[in-house]
Amino acid sequence: MSAGQANRFGFVINPSRLIDYDTSDRKVREYITLREPSFTLCFACGGCAATCTAGQHTSFNLRRMNTYIRRGEIEPLREEVTRCMLCGKCLLVCPRGVNTRNVVSLAAEAIRKLERNEL
Amino acid sequence: MNSELFTLPFNLGLYFILIYSVVRSTVWFRDLSRPDKLRLQRGFFGKPFMDSLREIFSESLLHRKIFSKNPVLGYMHMSLAFGWFLLIVFGTIEADFFSEKHLNPPSHAIFFRWFNPEHGAEGFARIFSFWMDLLLAFILSGLLLAIIKRFIPRMMGMKKTTKHTWTDRIALISLWLIFPSRLLAESFTCGAYGSGSFLTGNLGNALASFLPAAEMAPWFWWLYSLSLGTFFILLPVSRYFHIPVELFLIFMRNSGITTGDRHSSYTEVQTHACSSCGVCISVCQMSSAAGIHDIQSAYFIKGLRNDRDIAAITANCLMCGRCEEVCPVGIELGPMRLIERRQGERSDRIMKLPEKYSLSRKRGSTEKILTQAYGYLVREEPERADVLFFAGCMTHLTPSVIVAMKKIMDSAGVRYRFMDENGGVCCGRPLMLAGRDREARELINHNSDMIWKSGAQILVTSCPICYKVFRESYYLEARVMHHSEFINLLIEEGSLRLGYLHKKVVYHDPCELGRGSGIFEEPRAVISYVAELQTSSQESNMSLCCGGSLGNLTLSSGKRAMIAADAARTLTLGSPDELITACPLCKKTFAQVAETKVSDIAELVAAALPAPRAAKAKTRPPRRAARAVSNG
Repeated sequence: MSAGQANRFGFVINPSRLIDYDTSDRKVREYITLREPSFTLCFACGGCAATCTAGQHTSFNLRRMNTYIRRGEIEPLREEVTRCMLCGKCLLVCPRGVNTRNVVSLAAEAIRKLERNEL
Repeated sequence: MNSELFTLPFNLGLYFILIYSVVRSTVWFRDLSRPDKLRLQRGFFGKPFMDSLREIFSESLLHRKIFSKNPVLGYMHMSLAFGWFLLIVFGTIEADFFSEKHLNPPSHAIFFRWFNPEHGAEGFARIFSFWMDLLLAFILSGLLLAIIKRFIPRMMGMKKTTKHTWTDRIALISLWLIFPSRLLAESFTCGAYGSGSFLTGNLGNALASFLPAAEMAPWFWWLYSLSLGTFFILLPVSRYFHIPVELFLIFMRNSGITTGDRHSSYTEVQTHACSSCGVCISVCQMSSAAGIHDIQSAYFIKGLRNDRDIAAITANCLMCGRCEEVCPVGIELGPMRLIERRQGERSDRIMKLPEKYSLSRKRGSTEKILTQAYGYLVREEPERADVLFFAGCMTHLTPSVIVAMKKIMDSAGVRYRFMDENGGVCCGRPLMLAGRDREARELINHNSDMIWKSGAQILVTSCPICYKVFRESYYLEARVMHHSEFINLLIEEGSLRLGYLHKKVVYHDPCELGRGSGIFEEPRAVISYVAELQTSSQESNMSLCCGGSLGNLTLSSGKRAMIAADAARTLTLGSPDELITACPLCKKTFAQVAETKVSDIAELVAAALPAPRAAKAKTRPPRRAARAVSNG
C-alpha cells in the first residue's frame, strides 16, 4: 500500500510514519533485542543524536537508526550503521541506560550475517 | 624385588614429553616472524639469556611474584616447583654418587630407593637420605595446601579458583598422586629393609608393624610410576603444559619479542604459559563488584587454548589492565584480548583430544569485512598554532573541564588553538578497543592530517583515551601531553601562579592514563601543589577502574554502576573533600554514584587560580547584563 492510497480513508498518513509490512524485515531487530535487551528501553528521546560526534559531520542519527531497526527497514540501515565512530558519547547521555554502542555493533553484525544468509 | 617393568609408564611418559617439547618448540620457532626469529637468536647469546635464567629461577621455581601477592599461595607453588626441582637434582646426584655406575638413566634416580633399598644406613648417605626426606616433606606440605585450595579457596586468601576441563582434572589427580605414592612406596620399602630417614623410615616402620611391607611396596612403586607417566602424557593437553612453556616464554620475552597485533607463535606460547593460577580472577572488578565470574583472563586464555567461541568473554572486559599487572607469568592479556576482538566470528566447537596435541594451531577465523566508512569527513585547513588543544568527545560532555582548561591556559598566557571546539572527530581509540582497527585508521589519518597541518609543537588533550592513541598509534611531530602533564609543565616553568586550596583530596588514576600510559607522577605533583593529597589502598598501577570504560562493549549500565559505586567507596574511605580524576569519562561515571564531589584535575587547578584582576572585570558590560536580568 502506498502513501497515496492511504489517503482514501479521509485522513492522512505521513509517509515517514508508514510501516510497509511487505518489505519489513524484523530479523535484525530480533537479533539485537536477543543479545542486547536494553535496546527495548529506548523511548526515542534523541539525546544520542544530539550529542553524536559523527552526527556533526553527516546525517548519522542513532534515534533514526533505532526506528529503522524497529520497523525492519534494512536498506537505509545498511549505510547508516557504518558511519558511527563508537566514541560512546551516546552511551553516557542515554537516560534509559541503553547500551548504544553494542546496539550499533550488533546491527552491523546482523546486516553482515543477513548478507551471507546466516540470519 | 629387581623387576624393572614398573618403570615403563614413567619412561614412556618422560621420553614422550621430552620429544614432544622439542618438536613443538621447533615448530613455534619456525612460525615466528623473521624479525622475531632474529631477536630470539640474538637473545640466546647475550645478556637476555642470563636474564632469562635468573627469571626462570626466581619465577618458575621460586614464584617470587606470587609470593609477594599472596605468601601462602606463593609457598604452595614454590614447594611444588622448587621442591620437585631439588628432588630431581639431588635424586640424580644421589643416584650418581651412591651407585656403582655413573650416568644412569633418569628412572634410576627417580626410583632410587627401589634399586637401593638398604641405602642410607650410616655416614654421609644417612645425611643425604635425611635431606631427601626433608625435600619430600617440603613438597607434601605444598600439596596439602593445593588440596585445601581446590576445595576451600577462601582459606588460601583467594575469592575463587579456576574451573577445570576433564583433561586438567585427570592431570591434576595424577599430579596429586605422584608425591603421596612416592612417600608410601619409599616407606614400604624402607619398612621392609629397616632403612630410611625421619619420614620414610618412621612411616615405614609404623606401616610394617601391621602390614606386609615387602608385598605392598611394588604396588605403590607401580602407582608412582603410573601417575608420573600419566602426568607427562597429559601435560601438553592440560594446564600443566605451562611448566615447560613458561621457560620458552621467558626466553622469548627477554629477547624483546612482544605480542604485536595478530596471532603468532608468541600469542600461542603465551596461551599455553598460563598456569590458570587465578590471580587475575581475584583482582578483577567484574568479579568482585559486578558479580560476573566467567569472563576473567584465566577463562579467556582457557577458551583460547581450547579453541572455543569466546566472543562474549572477549567483548565483556573493561580492559582496565589490572589482571595484566598481577599476572605472575607476565602474559600480555590486554593485547591478547584486542587481537581476539579483531578476529571475526568463530564457530563454537569442542576440540577432540588428538587435536589438542597438534603442533601448530591455525586459528580458524574470518577477517572482518570492512568498508570505507567515514568518507563524509571534510578535511579542513586548520589555523597554525604552537599549542593545540584537543578536548576529545568525552570532554565535550563535561564542559566544566573545557572551561577550566581555557582559564588555566589563558592565565598562563599560552597561545593555543582549540582543535575540536565545534566538535571534532573521534580519536579512533574506541574503534580500536572494539577490534576495528582499519576503520580507526581512517579517523587517525584524518586527525593526524589536521595536527600536522597546524604545525603544533605540543598537542594537549584532556582525555586519557585520546592520549593513549595519540601516543601509540599516531605518527606526530608534536609532543603529546595529557592536560595533567601540561599543567605540571606550566607550574614547573613558573608561568602558572596558583594559590593553595585548603582541601583534602584523593586522586583516581584513570586506567588509560595510569596503567595504560604510565602517567602516575605528574597528576600527583599538580594536585600536591594546590591541595592536600590523600593516599588510597588501590592506587597507581593497581588503581581501580571506574566502570565506565569504553573497553567493554557489552556491560550493562546497571553493572557499570555497581563497579563505579564500589570503586568510589574504596577511594573515598579517607573521607576526602573531593575525588579528583583526570578523565572526563571517569568523572561522569563517578559523579553518578559518589557522594563526594567529583572533579577533574583541571577544575581543581582552575579553582586555585588567583581571582581575575579588576582591569579584566571592567571589560564586562555591566549595563547589558543588568538589563538582561531585569527583562528575564
